[in-house]
Amino acid sequence: MKMLRGLLIPALALLLSGCDAVLFSPSGDIARQQRDLIIISTVLMLLIVVPVIVMILHFAWKYRESNKAAEPEYAPDWNHSTVLELLIWSAPLLIIIALGAITWTSTHKLDPYRPLDQVAQGRPLVPGVKPLRVDVVALDWKWLFLYPEQGIATVNEMAAPVDRPIEFHITASTVMNAFFVPSLAGMIYAMPGMETQLNAVMNKTGDFEGISANYSGAGFSDMRFRFHSLSQGEFDAWVAKAKGGGGELSREDYLKLEQPSEKEPVRYYGSVAPGLYNAILNRCVESNRMCANDMMALDARGGQGVVGAYNVTSLDAATRARVGLKDDDRRYVGALCVAATDGKPMTPAGRPL
Amino acid sequence: MNMPDLAKLIFGRLTIEAIPYHEPILIGTFIAVAIGGIALLALITKHKLWGYLWSEWFTSIDHKKIGIMYMVLGIVMLLRGFSDAIMMRAQQAMAFNGNPGFLPPHHYDQVFTAHGVIMIFFVAMPLVTGLMNYVVPLQIGARDVAFPFLNNFSFWMTVAGAMLVMASLFVGEFARTGWLAYPPLSGLAQSPDVGVDYYIWSLQVAGVGTTLSGINLLATIVKMRAPGMSMMKMPIFTWTSLLTNVLIIAAFPVLTAVLVLLALDRYAGTNFFTNDFGGNAMMYVNLIWIWGHPEVYILVLPVFGVFSEVVATFSRKRLFGYASMVYATVVIAVLSYLVWLHHFFTMGSGASVNSFFGITTMIISIPTGAKIFNWLFTMYRGRIKFDVPMLWTVGFMVTFVIGGMTGVMLAVPPADFLLHNSLFLIAHFHNVIIGGVIFGLFAGINYWFPKAFGYRLDPFWGKCSFWFWLVGFWVAFMPLYVLGFMGVTRRMNHFDDPSLQIWFQIAAFGAFLIALGIGSFLVQLWVSYKRRDELRDVTGDPWHGRTLEWSTSSPPPDYNFAFTPVIHDSDAWWDMKERNAGRRLEGYLPIHMPKNTGAGIILAGISFVFGFAMIWHMFLIAGIAFVALIATAIGHTFNYKRDYYIPADEVARTEAARTEELAAHV
Repeated sequence: MKMLRGLLIPALALLLSGCDAVLFSPSGDIARQQRDLIIISTVLMLLIVVPVIVMILHFAWKYRESNKAAEPEYAPDWNHSTVLELLIWSAPLLIIIALGAITWTSTHKLDPYRPLDQVAQGRPLVPGVKPLRVDVVALDWKWLFLYPEQGIATVNEMAAPVDRPIEFHITASTVMNAFFVPSLAGMIYAMPGMETQLNAVMNKTGDFEGISANYSGAGFSDMRFRFHSLSQGEFDAWVAKAKGGGGELSREDYLKLEQPSEKEPVRYYGSVAPGLYNAILNRCVESNRMCANDMMALDARGGQGVVGAYNVTSLDAATRARVGLKDDDRRYVGALCVAATDGKPMTPAGRPL
Repeated sequence: MNMPDLAKLIFGRLTIEAIPYHEPILIGTFIAVAIGGIALLALITKHKLWGYLWSEWFTSIDHKKIGIMYMVLGIVMLLRGFSDAIMMRAQQAMAFNGNPGFLPPHHYDQVFTAHGVIMIFFVAMPLVTGLMNYVVPLQIGARDVAFPFLNNFSFWMTVAGAMLVMASLFVGEFARTGWLAYPPLSGLAQSPDVGVDYYIWSLQVAGVGTTLSGINLLATIVKMRAPGMSMMKMPIFTWTSLLTNVLIIAAFPVLTAVLVLLALDRYAGTNFFTNDFGGNAMMYVNLIWIWGHPEVYILVLPVFGVFSEVVATFSRKRLFGYASMVYATVVIAVLSYLVWLHHFFTMGSGASVNSFFGITTMIISIPTGAKIFNWLFTMYRGRIKFDVPMLWTVGFMVTFVIGGMTGVMLAVPPADFLLHNSLFLIAHFHNVIIGGVIFGLFAGINYWFPKAFGYRLDPFWGKCSFWFWLVGFWVAFMPLYVLGFMGVTRRMNHFDDPSLQIWFQIAAFGAFLIALGIGSFLVQLWVSYKRRDELRDVTGDPWHGRTLEWSTSSPPPDYNFAFTPVIHDSDAWWDMKERNAGRRLEGYLPIHMPKNTGAGIILAGISFVFGFAMIWHMFLIAGIAFVALIATAIGHTFNYKRDYYIPADEVARTEAARTEELAAHV
């Protein structure tokens, strides 16, 4: 008995520490609502799961062959009961109707693309406060954060003012990852050539962990970053530190940064080459590479037919040498043409040159 | 032509460097496998078993022998897949506080990929197919499957696929992409080496076998049922097998197609799933899950059938709600095609798309719940005998409802945003695959073993195996649920947070208990063989069964039934026993049977060579193998010696021997 108690107490302590898990103690309003959904759906299902488990064990025990008391009840041919059949189909059905309704409304309400309508429970948005925009790029194997408003960029560390909505725009350089700050909000994939969005807000200050939640190759386990939730003043100081701390993130710096590496230290860039995020998203950071949105715009207007297939180039030797890359034999579509409307030159997708 | 060119023409990119002689773990494994393999071959040679194995097993087109060979394949591959699991659990239990563990990412990433691929394609699939192969023709009163040669060919193609995966251990390496090989990670730019090619070709070769065996069993069930067995008089296991094979036929071509597209990206420079030139990796993710979700039901539906048979037999009661059981299975089969997107809610689809797939997923829990209730009410007012198969069934019911519950939690998209890709997800699907499929397979093995071999499995070791598995499962996977709530994601090689370690250590202990469960099962097979005379089943009906397979002798004669039975009830054999329908003992006719052929194993052997050559870019050899494959297949069509008759007096002798045995028993 003493031994049992000796075993039980640590086990209980362990379980309690499990209840302390990050998903159950969120610090952001979105993560809190998502946690509540986990709890609501579990409770709803326990309504049926617990009785079922009890019945399984009860029937298994009661109708065991050696229990002579139950022998008179034995009914070898009893195999149908309309009432029971109705009950066993309708009980789960009712639960699923309830859960389905919750699912429909909550999925729309917590759609990561949807701008927030509250800072926290019972605290509506302050009118006039614009969300903080952060562009996130998952690289092999580190995270790049671009702050278009502040004009800075950071690696493996980000910060945001507490209680200010954040609008993430997320993409990746080569392979799929998932952007996940468990205390803040649920994850969303980061995919090369595509953009996903996440709207979230942090309600507590502190230092939180962010991870990649989708396996992306050898360096994946160390693809972590810190999320600093700061007061407005601290955030401004953090931005100033970044501004002072590093030079420009040029396109060529980005191409070097993009190369696979593990356990990258935190880095700050005081300024960012114009249009870099857009170029990463459209896979045209290299100077002689056609942007995917231009390519798609051309295709949408009928495409270039066979001509397009021949306009393929590789990164020229000079750029490669400057950036320090090997010839990886990759071929890109070079620019095809510039459409001029109103006398102003622009790319096919309508980006002014 | 100079030497390097010639070498490249013959060996492609295969060089001596492909042999991992610098990796001690692999060399150790290789030596062990080599010694074991040579010892096995020597034993077979010493006992002069080659001829016997070749003529009685390898070339056999008897569905019973093929079923048994599938089971052997599944159990052998289980040992491989489980050793991967043990390595993963050990790595994660120790890789804390800067300790890198014993598996660097390069190796570890292959281990978890191989674990998933092997467990699904080469453990669960062969075991499920093996059970269906063995039992279905007997349950419907048929003498074999519809296309007996195809059956043998399907089996050997599955073996060839498994051999390719095993070859990747010692020649080159396996994929480092996760078991579904999502591009762009599995594309040429990120995975230029042979790992993904091993993945593609092993699944393509095995996939041919699976698809053909699906067609075969579907045709068998639709066309070859004994007179009187209408659809609504089919045993439930046959029903679930029918729907499984419908799912196989509809789903596996999608897998084949998506792997062809991936192979074209890798071999022919196309851009279906690349990042550039209009490729889109998410198309792959959609397509593979359009196969992948039905695959889950392909595995679990047959074992639902096993549980239905077991629970009725051991409760000694008719199955409760036969019709609703059938409809539930049909509904599950249809819905299984409408839920694939729940595997990637986090891809960023709109809220309406996500809620649609979330709700269809939840709807599946309704028929599944109905099934649980049906089993429950079959036990109600029964006389339950807790033999080993019934223990597995009760263990399954309790375990599976928890797995179902966590599955519905994951079906709520915003909740999934927190839990996706976490160890909670890992715990969930192991909860349903171990608690459902594996428990069901062990129930099925214990239940039908006496039919296949003529003696029961030793109950003591069977119970050991059951309890070790059950307790081991809970100890191994409950910590993973907790870790999921702690935001720990899957496929991690090492960890920073030391407070997590205790949970991984508990999980590793659970895996050790499961190892004891597998060990007990192997001991059970050995002990049962040793005690076979005590455990002998002379009646052919050791459990007082309800369906037709129990009306034959154990093991059944080659021809299964001397006379095609006539069916009046869904529990046909129970009904015959109730009506005291005796065996017919005269008027035997010669029985028309298919003849063994070596064509299946030869074709599969050539396919293995073809796959291996493609993997290593030995295009000359691949071309030769492909031509040989087509030529052999055409050549086989000129083989006219495909059938023979078992003479009437031989049937009479066999049946007379059974009559004597039965009389001696009574």
